[in-house]
Amino acid sequence: MNGSHKQKDRLVIHMIKRDTISKPKEWGIRLIAVLLSLIVCAVVIYLITRQNPAEVYSGIIDGAIGTKRRAWVTVRESVLLLIIAVGLVPAYRMRFWNIGAEGQILMGGAATAAIMIYLGDKLPKSAILPLIIVSSLAAGMIWGLIPAIFKAHFNTNETLFTLMMNYTAMQLITYFIVYWENPKGSNTVGVINPATKAGWFPKVFGMDYFLNVLIVVIVTVVMTVYMKYTRQGYELAVVGESANTARYAGINVRKVIIRTMMISGAICGLAGAIIVSGASHTISTSTAGGRGFTAIIVAWMSKFNPLTMIIVSVFLVFMQQGSIQIATQFGLNENASSIITGILLFFLIGCEFFVNYSLVVYRERKED
Amino acid sequence: MAQEYAIELKNVTKRFGEKVIANDNVSLNLRKGEILAILGENGSGKTTLMNMLSGIYFPDEGQIIVNGQEALIRSPKDAFDLKIGMIHQHFKLIEIMTAAQNIILGLKGPNHLDMKAIRASIEELTNRYGFDLEPDRKIYTMSVSQKQTVEIVKVLYRGADILILDEPTAVLTPQETEKLFDVLRNMKKAGKSIIIITHKLNEVLEISDRVSVLRKGRYIGTVDTCDATAESLTEMMVGEKVTLDIDRTEPVDVRPCLEVKGLNVKSADGTRNVLSDITFTANTGEILGIAGISGNGQKELLESIARLQEMESGEIKFYPEPGSCITLEDKKADEVLQMGIRMAFVPEDRLGMGLVASMDITDNMMLRSYNKGDNPVFTDRKTPRELAQRVVDKLEVVTPGLTTPVRRLSGGNVQKVLVGREIASGPKVLMVAYPVRGLDINSSYAIYNLLNDQKKKGSAVLCVGEDLDVLLDLCDRILVLAGGRISGIVDARTSTKEELGILMTGGKEEA
Amino acid sequence: MNVLLAFIQGAIGQGITILFGATGEIVTEKSGNLNLGIPGIMYMGGIAGLMGAFFYEKGTASPSPAMGLLVSMLTCLAASFLGGLIYSVLTVTLRANQNVVGLALTTFGTGFANFFGGSISKIAGGVGQISVASTASAYRAKIPVLSGIPFVGKILFNYGILTYLAIIISVIVTLVILRTRTGLHLVAVGESPATADAAGINVNRYKYVATLCGSMIAGLGGLYFVMDYLGGTWSNNGFGDRGWLAVALVILALWNPANAIWGALLFGALYILYIYIPGLSRANQELVKMLPYLVTIIVLVLTSKRNKPENQPPASLGLSYFREER
Repeated sequence: MNGSHKQKDRLVIHMIKRDTISKPKEWGIRLIAVLLSLIVCAVVIYLITRQNPAEVYSGIIDGAIGTKRRAWVTVRESVLLLIIAVGLVPAYRMRFWNIGAEGQILMGGAATAAIMIYLGDKLPKSAILPLIIVSSLAAGMIWGLIPAIFKAHFNTNETLFTLMMNYTAMQLITYFIVYWENPKGSNTVGVINPATKAGWFPKVFGMDYFLNVLIVVIVTVVMTVYMKYTRQGYELAVVGESANTARYAGINVRKVIIRTMMISGAICGLAGAIIVSGASHTISTSTAGGRGFTAIIVAWMSKFNPLTMIIVSVFLVFMQQGSIQIATQFGLNENASSIITGILLFFLIGCEFFVNYSLVVYRERKED
Repeated sequence: MAQEYAIELKNVTKRFGEKVIANDNVSLNLRKGEILAILGENGSGKTTLMNMLSGIYFPDEGQIIVNGQEALIRSPKDAFDLKIGMIHQHFKLIEIMTAAQNIILGLKGPNHLDMKAIRASIEELTNRYGFDLEPDRKIYTMSVSQKQTVEIVKVLYRGADILILDEPTAVLTPQETEKLFDVLRNMKKAGKSIIIITHKLNEVLEISDRVSVLRKGRYIGTVDTCDATAESLTEMMVGEKVTLDIDRTEPVDVRPCLEVKGLNVKSADGTRNVLSDITFTANTGEILGIAGISGNGQKELLESIARLQEMESGEIKFYPEPGSCITLEDKKADEVLQMGIRMAFVPEDRLGMGLVASMDITDNMMLRSYNKGDNPVFTDRKTPRELAQRVVDKLEVVTPGLTTPVRRLSGGNVQKVLVGREIASGPKVLMVAYPVRGLDINSSYAIYNLLNDQKKKGSAVLCVGEDLDVLLDLCDRILVLAGGRISGIVDARTSTKEELGILMTGGKEEA
Repeated sequence: MNVLLAFIQGAIGQGITILFGATGEIVTEKSGNLNLGIPGIMYMGGIAGLMGAFFYEKGTASPSPAMGLLVSMLTCLAASFLGGLIYSVLTVTLRANQNVVGLALTTFGTGFANFFGGSISKIAGGVGQISVASTASAYRAKIPVLSGIPFVGKILFNYGILTYLAIIISVIVTLVILRTRTGLHLVAVGESPATADAAGINVNRYKYVATLCGSMIAGLGGLYFVMDYLGGTWSNNGFGDRGWLAVALVILALWNPANAIWGALLFGALYILYIYIPGLSRANQELVKMLPYLVTIIVLVLTSKRNKPENQPPASLGLSYFREER
């Protein structure tokens, strides 16, 4: 405590959890993160292609919305990502780490493909679409239900369980492909019902993907209402925040876990139907194509806010589609888009820290 | 000349925030080779004071002198370097490791672990002081007392000369307590200086050389144990009766409302009874206080009645009207709620159980009403919003708005929200646990008035409290729990703090 | 006899990749970090090793196998280190959710590998045209003399250097965890960071070091796949789900690398079992390939019934740790 101590200054960085943050500041931080990520992406693209980054970005914009067709693909992919994220919302609000969306999508897709293949020419067109929707919902629901039962009753780790369910589903798909392959020996299913287009989403108002968008909009609105205004939505939010409080309020925690995962799985299954019936018209192990994982990040980063989820989905898909375009333009391959997506995600995930914490830097006198 | 004192505290003050003074100008000292008991009620500042010795808190004012040298204890490491070791109430042990692994955890040394040598050195230590410890046993297979032994050996292994034990006997059986005291006496013989924090008078009288008493953060005095009696210590601990300005009315229309008979509850690990043979009746129009040192079964008692706690045996009967009777012991919380039994419960853990911390006031009002109303699918938000507004207006909750997450409110306002919601249903039975803990004077009185209103409306109110002055002035009868048993039910109008103090510390068993 | 020999060799060939990944993930998980980015990191390690060897061989007139081995191993370790660093910075320093970061890292790593794999394929003249024969020969060199012993030699000594390295690393990691102070402290960090912190252990440093070491070990799995299993070439997505199998193997091994050795052999065997079951239709083969995942799920359910605490995941797995501000 006296002057004989040696003193030296050092910089101390203190992290303080923010109590509140104003909306403009919150979104300002995210905007900075997006800009930083775009700069890093530009540097990466420049290093690989040696092209003028400005040209590259105009290439990206061109790739995403340059033609009517490209714009529609961007819309199609955006709403796909969105519906999966929407499907994950109830599970994640309940703090149930459902990383099994991939499997749930595949099972929904498989149910859809099965109906298209086996019943496509037997049922009238008006019956087939509802059947596809119902059976894809059911297939995804079952795939979500299995890990939920074990979570509810034995507290089995759902992260790893749902992950394994993804690969079980993938093997099932390869199993089905053996029976469904067309032409024989190709080991792929090929486009199903190319002539009759049975089970395909029909054109509405001359638009290929109108129905895709419509279904996703309906599901998103219903889910938003479900989460905000229903008893069940309230129950699952309480369970997610504190199981102890849920019990205090007389909520049956097990029942809520199982019910919520059935809903979550069902919507992911429906996403599978939209992919198979409404976009690719075929099925393979890569039908889900990692969207189930990306959607987790979309839902999590958006803090389950539907509007934010739309923005994030569109942004990610825009960048993906754009980078696929520049990849072809500059003779690279389409995987460039995964790198771009990855970099964007790292920045967006990292910036949440600065939303939640403020840093205080000060000098501290240290006594030796 | 050898120093007489191992530790001297001089005018130590510790504040938390602006208002709370945990320790106010405390001066006391520990002689070398003695066992000093620090006695005080809950909230008297014992643990805070000791945490300043173990480096968890740093005093705002005052000096700490260790072995004659002024010491700055800024971290647990500093405390270790001064050979001060503290055994906390909550053990810091890695469950899947053995005792020996826990004992050496974090110590420097050769990277290769020679467990044989380590075991030998631990055994040398345990033999010297008479500990009963198997170094190779995994922590998770151990009883609470064995885990405590590991904690003590851990501290000794690191070379502590001054040991501080925070409520070491709270979790022990009488036999285990005897064993612990034998070990403490051995350590004293070996020249260690020991501080034991406790509120059990018989133990203080049995083990300590001197007793220092704290009350409401203030140092009251130190006496030689041989000159003290249970009565003299109780007087020091509880102090003069302070009369509070609580308006207590005479109960009207008193009749049984809730009857508990022969209730037994086992601890979560099933090893001991946390409640034994509890039998009492709560009446309408009456506030029944429940006193006791915290952790003596209060929480389990209220949660058993609310049917949130598994019970071993016993009956719980609820009389909504004279003549009608509902048995509760065979129901679960959700059934009780669905039956429309108007039972309100303000639990001790407000944000972790009574409320959802991240939700706003309206949504928290919904916790009790979300599944009521005509619409089977949608929640009715209008009624809870109105209720939220009423609670905010009537109880003067300070909040930026109804959409503020309750986590952001101050403790008093959180409690007002919780109590406001619970009494809104017009409960027949209202149970509150530590209703004014952490609240300032004004908020506290607001809560007392609410409880009194419920009493006047004919509810049976059960109030678990820690401040004896309040219980004596607020309640009609007071039930005292000690060691999970009822040690007495007294009339609050005629009883005294001394009487309660003796009952709380298990005095009845000695008599 | 020859069928059995081929089966065992095949199982080992499949298992080593998974073993590297599982050992790396165990080291990481022991510190409380559930790194779902391991599959991506294995991809990154594989492609980086291949690129190192490719550009070395391309730039040198007469490439030496030993030098190729060294260069490719260093580039592999550097890339996996980078993957681990991204994960650590985001989860430990910036306290982001571990699962979210892990999944993003796997997306990134897979894309990274396929992008560069595709790009150098193009430089090499087309898909499957990459060849780093000289370097691969170093990785695939068998133990002389001993590998010539009939049967026993074929089973035990007929593999390249990385096979033995995988087993040696697993054994060393097991010993470090069980017998050293470093291991004791690492386990403490994963079980209860608060307790470890109170005991004076630098929690964040352990998390960083464990994650980085784990990532580098896992990266070697990718290198093994590319150099030894494929013999120094690349096919996009050819690595498949091996990374996720590695994550699954951690559960089967009950977080013990020594168990992972047997588990890897089992997974490898299950992976190729369909070839050896006579009379299996093509469809049923696919069902048999499901076995590794089903086995993992069963183990997961059995361990979750809490029979033995030692066999549980590290208690703080998946949680960020930061000391309470005082």
